[in-house]
Amino acid sequence: MTVLVFTLAVWAISTVAGFLGSLTGLGGGVIVVPVLALAMGVDIKYAIGASLVSVIATSSGAAAAYVKEGYSNIRIGLLLEIATTVGAVVGAYLAARVTTHVIAIIFGLVLVPSAIQSLLKNAGEHDSIAESDALCKRFRLGGDYPVEGARQKYGVRNLPAGFSMMFGAGALSGLLGIGSGAVKVIAMDRAMKIPFKVSTTTSNFMIGVTAAASAGVYLSRGYIDPRVAMPVMLGVLCGAFLGSKVLVHAQVRTLRVVFGLVILLMAAEMIFSGVTGRV
Amino acid sequence: MDDRNLEIEMGTLLRAGVLLAAAVVLAGGVFYLAQNHAARIELNTFTVESVNLRMVGGIFQSAIHLHSLGIIQFGLLLLIATPVARVVFAIVGFYLERDRMYAIVSLIVLAVLVFSLMRAA
Repeated sequence: MTVLVFTLAVWAISTVAGFLGSLTGLGGGVIVVPVLALAMGVDIKYAIGASLVSVIATSSGAAAAYVKEGYSNIRIGLLLEIATTVGAVVGAYLAARVTTHVIAIIFGLVLVPSAIQSLLKNAGEHDSIAESDALCKRFRLGGDYPVEGARQKYGVRNLPAGFSMMFGAGALSGLLGIGSGAVKVIAMDRAMKIPFKVSTTTSNFMIGVTAAASAGVYLSRGYIDPRVAMPVMLGVLCGAFLGSKVLVHAQVRTLRVVFGLVILLMAAEMIFSGVTGRV
Repeated sequence: MDDRNLEIEMGTLLRAGVLLAAAVVLAGGVFYLAQNHAARIELNTFTVESVNLRMVGGIFQSAIHLHSLGIIQFGLLLLIATPVARVVFAIVGFYLERDRMYAIVSLIVLAVLVFSLMRAA
């Protein structure tokens, strides 16, 4: 393959990855890693490095729009980010001491029910315009977000459960390199009862910070190769800009289905790489 | 400054940072393609790159000498800096809002972030 063909192909795939990643709050790694590693024969280490770049590009590329539109909640994001970053440090520490492929398989299996629920339940938004519970009120986590032109208030619940899940999300990303966006969205949406668009866009804010925490390690190990990362970054940014425009008008039900499908893909990948021992 | 203003300022800052990073990577990419577009690419075996593309100092050196791959890596460093800049901006913003609780929350996130970045150095 010539450099030109490779660059254009990776750019095109990355545009799709950035689009889906920004819509779902999952980052673009789910698509970038298998396409580079399996379809294009790129060494898995370069693929993982490119995945990290794609997560940061998705996060920062889409965030400019989400923050301005007032979807993502920076208080929720930063408070939970404490748990995620500490979890990531612990996970990276554990990575050398546990068998990660078993964890990858378990994580993949755990994701399947969540994916199926997102696909079948077909629910739109939580019907409750919940009051925050006492603890979330103390942390002033409630907020408002745009719904059909008006701003709708929402409450937040179960901070301890969400905080613990975020620690788990961070630990997983430290252990496996990818996959933390899934747990973040599920924790905010299911456990903390935060509206879906606020959950995905806040996850989108958080994944960039989590990824930046491990960027130094990846860079110094030589995983971030400019020949791969260049088309990935430029493609993902284009896709993320597009995705952030689409999210504003998208139906929550549609977003849940897309989320479910991407999660299912992620679960399959986790199980596959666990079984083949690539993690 | 209230929450909404803080968010809008943060959005503007982010967009500027991301566009700058993208412009630098694009410039390096065009330069790289102009020189190598017809070459064959081999990425199926991992080789640890020369230090000058793996360390911040080396990347600066390479970019200053207008090596295309060095310019791309420099743009990627700018991209990696954007989430860190967001957290720093949040600390300042919450401080100006006189929201001590969240200024401290943001400060803790930054501390953990710096801690894990330092481990790599």
